[in-house]
Amino acid sequence: MADTLGAMTPDDVCARLDEVSRAPDSELAAAAPAVAAEILALGEAILERWLLAHGLTPTTAESEGFRLLALHRQGARGDPTFNACRETCRELVYHYNLIRLDPGHPEAARRIRLGAMVARHLALFIGGKLEVAGLGEFCCSSRALRQRDEAAPPAARPETEDRTHA
Amino acid sequence: MTAKYQKVAYYPGCALEGTGHAYNRSTKELGKALGLDLVELKNWNCCGAMEVKNIDPKLQTYLSARNLAIAENMGFDTVMAPCNGCYHNLKKAEHDLAHDAGSREVADRLSRKAGHKSYTAGQVTTIHALDWIKEAIGEEGIRQRVRNSLKGLKIANYYGCMYTRPRHIFPEKDQGPGSESTSKPHFMDDLLAAAGAECVEYPLKTACCGGAHTLSDSDTSTKLVLNLLTTAEACGADVIATECPTCHSGLEMHQVRAEKVFGQKTRVKILYFTQLLGMALGLSARRVGVHENFSEASDLLHARGLG
Repeated sequence: MADTLGAMTPDDVCARLDEVSRAPDSELAAAAPAVAAEILALGEAILERWLLAHGLTPTTAESEGFRLLALHRQGARGDPTFNACRETCRELVYHYNLIRLDPGHPEAARRIRLGAMVARHLALFIGGKLEVAGLGEFCCSSRALRQRDEAAPPAARPETEDRTHA
Repeated sequence: MTAKYQKVAYYPGCALEGTGHAYNRSTKELGKALGLDLVELKNWNCCGAMEVKNIDPKLQTYLSARNLAIAENMGFDTVMAPCNGCYHNLKKAEHDLAHDAGSREVADRLSRKAGHKSYTAGQVTTIHALDWIKEAIGEEGIRQRVRNSLKGLKIANYYGCMYTRPRHIFPEKDQGPGSESTSKPHFMDDLLAAAGAECVEYPLKTACCGGAHTLSDSDTSTKLVLNLLTTAEACGADVIATECPTCHSGLEMHQVRAEKVFGQKTRVKILYFTQLLGMALGLSARRVGVHENFSEASDLLHARGLG
């Protein structure tokens, strides 16, 4: 499974998560640790895809014991819009931990399904960003698109520069 | 009860005069019911929302600085903004004016040109409607005033993205017990639980709803919202409580669109936290503007003896 994850599109990830969500409770409970690990790996795969699309080599390092968090940190470097999925990544780790620490819990299947929904949100958000680069850009990140222009030489800036301030 | 929040300046912002009118109505009615005074800023202007920030961030800082200057001139040291976008922009302006000389220079220049006093960072504190109720009344105050308990109502609290991000413009958050958390906000959970509600664990309470792309990339927004709705239902929620007009409208509109476009129907209702608290205090559903919502919650509310 791990070898094929990197080739998965956001739609592939969502499709696999849908399969997980549709599985009967008994099946999810019986394989809880493996399914939870797969969901975490799907989260890593979607972050890898984002990094690769931006010409970066996905890190193999861990942050707070999780590669997922290190990958998110790598994606957010220089791009505060990426912090819009920071808590989603942390929730994914939380749901993985719930299973890892108590795989036989009576609510294991429900916990896996919720973990899958969190992973789906990550896939939808990053999938959206891959299609529309500005997703999350001007709401929560507080980084204006113009900041890119400000880093460029004056000649390359839009004509509207400072007109309103004159 | 914190006396300094008993009477605060009120900045409703544009959305609360339009699609978020029910939030405006319920916020005012809730304040009245709790004995709190809101004094609307005179001649306030748009905070710059997302659009101005996108084109010219320093102009947006000025627009918010002008609103802060109005509050100061009216003699207030606190302004309450219920909309996450307005709240975020006022906080960001405060931060930028305190830390960025370029923003100060533009705001000063535009203030002179407009003929009003320039705003100096640190004169006015911006709070959200959640801070206002939490600090002025608190959970115990809510408990004492409840007439129609929300008991049995399962609520997923959705805070959206701008209430907590970016962290550096909210220095009062993450300050330990009693303060709001940017990673797992809880003020809305605390207040609604005090009114008797059962707040479910909701793992997507600050996740993106794609609100900014609701027109340019509607399908992405609908899929994100649908996931928020189905996750709330999987958590057992009857209601998603909101504290932002943009989030609220997005959830309502894309709930309808998800059914039309993707054939996926969800039953969870969407209500402002001010509407829920108002009804818990004995106000009618009409008084808190439930009829102005797109999400039809009458049956659920009647069944629970609310409204």
